[in-house]
Amino acid sequence: MSVKIIVKNAVKKYGDNTVIPNLSVDIKEGEFFTLLGPSGCGKTTLLRMIAGFNSIEGGDIYFNEKRINDLDPAKRNIGMVFQNYAIFPHLTVRDNVAFGLKQKKMDKKTIAEQTDKFMKLMHIDEYADRMPERLSGGQQQRVALARALVIQPDVLLMDEPLSNLDAKLRVEMRTVIKEIQHNVGITTVYVTHDQEEAMAVSDRIAVMNLGEIQQIGSPKTLYQRPANLFVSSFIGRTNIMEGRLKVEGGKTILCLENGYETELTNVREECRMDQNVKVSVRPEEFVINTEGKGIEATIDDSVFLGLNTHYFVTTKGGVKAEIVQESLIDSILPQGMKIHMTVKSEKINVLTEDGSANILTGVLNDKPE
Amino acid sequence: MSPTKKRFDIWTVISLAILGLYGLFLLYPLFRLLLESIFKNGAFTLEYFTKFFSNPYYGTTLVHSFALSISATIFALIIGVPLAYFYNMYEIKGRALLQIIIVLCCMSAPFIGAYAWVQLRGNNGVITRLIESLIGHKPPSIYGFRGIVTVLSLQLFPLVHMLVSGALKNVDNSLLEASENMGVSGVKRFFKVVIPLCMPTILAAALLVFMRAFADYGTPLLIGQGYQTFPVIIYNEYFGETGTDHNFAAAVAVIAIVITAIIFLIQKWASNRFEFHMNALHPIEMKKATGLKNVLIQLYTWGVVLLAFMPQVYVMYCSFRATSGKIFVKGFAMTSYQKIARDVPLAVRNTFVIGIIALAMVVLLAVLIAYLVVRRRSKLNDTIDTASMIPYIIPGSVVGIALVIAFNRKPLVLTGTAFIMIVALCIRRIPYTIRSSVAILQQIPITVEEAAISLGCSKLEAFFKATLPMMANGVLSGAILSWVTIITELATGVILYNRNTITLTLSIYTMVSRGSDGPAAAYATILNVLTVISMLIFMKFSKNKDISF
Repeated sequence: MSVKIIVKNAVKKYGDNTVIPNLSVDIKEGEFFTLLGPSGCGKTTLLRMIAGFNSIEGGDIYFNEKRINDLDPAKRNIGMVFQNYAIFPHLTVRDNVAFGLKQKKMDKKTIAEQTDKFMKLMHIDEYADRMPERLSGGQQQRVALARALVIQPDVLLMDEPLSNLDAKLRVEMRTVIKEIQHNVGITTVYVTHDQEEAMAVSDRIAVMNLGEIQQIGSPKTLYQRPANLFVSSFIGRTNIMEGRLKVEGGKTILCLENGYETELTNVREECRMDQNVKVSVRPEEFVINTEGKGIEATIDDSVFLGLNTHYFVTTKGGVKAEIVQESLIDSILPQGMKIHMTVKSEKINVLTEDGSANILTGVLNDKPE
Repeated sequence: MSPTKKRFDIWTVISLAILGLYGLFLLYPLFRLLLESIFKNGAFTLEYFTKFFSNPYYGTTLVHSFALSISATIFALIIGVPLAYFYNMYEIKGRALLQIIIVLCCMSAPFIGAYAWVQLRGNNGVITRLIESLIGHKPPSIYGFRGIVTVLSLQLFPLVHMLVSGALKNVDNSLLEASENMGVSGVKRFFKVVIPLCMPTILAAALLVFMRAFADYGTPLLIGQGYQTFPVIIYNEYFGETGTDHNFAAAVAVIAIVITAIIFLIQKWASNRFEFHMNALHPIEMKKATGLKNVLIQLYTWGVVLLAFMPQVYVMYCSFRATSGKIFVKGFAMTSYQKIARDVPLAVRNTFVIGIIALAMVVLLAVLIAYLVVRRRSKLNDTIDTASMIPYIIPGSVVGIALVIAFNRKPLVLTGTAFIMIVALCIRRIPYTIRSSVAILQQIPITVEEAAISLGCSKLEAFFKATLPMMANGVLSGAILSWVTIITELATGVILYNRNTITLTLSIYTMVSRGSDGPAAAYATILNVLTVISMLIFMKFSKNKDISF
């Protein structure tokens, strides 16, 4: 049975140090929900509050209608996967997986069946009688996952489960995790600092910074319409430029460097006024213009990555920026070359001058008020 | 729930229970000891302290004790640190045997060493006569200051070796390789890299050796010949044959505690300046030395170890010599064993019953305390941590006297029981086991326990099913040393034992003090054999073959 998780005004303090001042989030039944943020943002702290390993200094956490603040971690029926896997080194793979079932005093036959089923599911049945020290990192991770899932928990919690794996295995394992989660259909809370990993596995992501949720949304929403400057620069790569908005004859015009102007049609009604703004332009949202139109810049360096070529440029105004172009069959633009670039005005994001909010339409934020 | 209040759970109960035990069996006796030293017939008095400080005789014993403890510490370090270095850096022939001999060396009661050295190098000793026949005149006497320092250094350097070996196991091989890359190798590397890396442990070893030397009274008694030391007064004033003064003994014991506490604080201050933690990913790989270097290394390691072991070999040899009355005569016989045959079963039984119960209690309590200290930091548990460390700085005889003072009267009369001997052993041994358990526990990620809890374990179950099994191997290698120290404990036992609770070590002591050398040697041999057997059993069951402190 899966549950929905509701966190209401949660507070976490260590002594006088407040790590999470006031946090609310609703996690839907059966969804894959990721807490994403830089280290120290409070994401692991929040996960451990849900798990019951951290005390809660204020607010409430519910599994469905049941308040679990003071419920013993052992009674919350959660499956947890740890960063260091936390496999019991003194038990075989089979005994590790069976640990939780034995704890529930199930009969031997059920334990054996369930253990086998989940070892098969995670493709670790061939190592069943090995000791964990003889397993690779990826295999240990599979054991940890099987052990967490076999007890049929209401919630699966994962704390940076892939960060100890090498890059290739990480990509492989995130596919495995996503598939398993979909098959089992269990509410999952996943913590990571890797935005690419978050985008790959999640139904929805909560971007956190300094103990507060910045935005909650699908990977697509977060990438295309970030709610503020932090989200826009934490999710994916972006270039931040200064700009000015002016309203002329019913049209909203964005003025950038070098007298380059472009019309915006998606600025929110209440924000259509003359003001200074921050503009977030992702590398792929620049277009190199051969007719001398747009922002003037000099190419500092280029990196050829097969599908795309990245150019690192400095604009005439001294702003460093990155541009991504689909690689062409002819030559790469040389260092020191002067170019002009325009922006894809329907894709870029325009933020208030202090970066606290996006002023375009279509910004979705599921963060509870 | 208020943010400052921790949840009341099973561990809180355990904390309170342990604190209660310490209160009853350590703090209360020490409190009684203090009362005894400042009250005479119910009236407050400082006359016992005045007596100590006004009579220069007592001051001299203090100077003597310091002089020989410091000397013994320095020599033990000079011999022990290089031994540990060679033992861990190079391939030594017969390592396993060497290891067992080293443990045997530091585990026999000091007075056995003193006793054997008197036999070997005394006025009429075997070696003395041998040297005399070679060079024509008597070599310098073994008695007095020189003898005590010799015996204590040889007795205690194996301890230094064991502690420093433990530190060297945590030195990452890459550190040594890096220093070699930068042109520091050989002797230079030993002084510039290895010694500084082991400094915290060397300081800890120095403290331990100093405390042992300072508290030892068997050695000065046997080999001092008038070189009076501080602990001897305590013992004489409490148990001497004439003119005992229990209040004065208590006062001297209080002074002893103050002195050792000061030494402890100085050591702590010194070691804080060197504090760092190491954890070797790649332990040091032992190399095979070649040529002359190899010969010298083998000679040194085996040489010092055999020198330290010689007294015990001699004692074992003596046990098979024929005796007439109390004197050894020519030839071999089993008379010494026949004489004690009737008493051995009781002594062996006591040694094992008291030892096993004490060991079980020590391990259980130490592991629980270590857990509380590492995983459940709170004021309450810090208090337990401090209380459990107090015995570390209290001489064994003082622990014994304090227990006698506290429990030879109503409401709780325990003197003369095996129970009080077990209590004394626990108090004495727990600090060491806590330290090693804490070190082990700090290496175990807390997530393992959380994993167990998330799989439905209660807190106590998680500890016993996940954390404890992971600690087991480390605790086991600490336990064997505890076991050996427990069965060879003398300092408290000699104060607390009686006819029914006598152990092997105490039997040796009573035989030596009666001048029955043959039976003493026989008891010592039996004890050594049992020690070796228990170590062999341990090595068979333990995964890593090393005995850690």
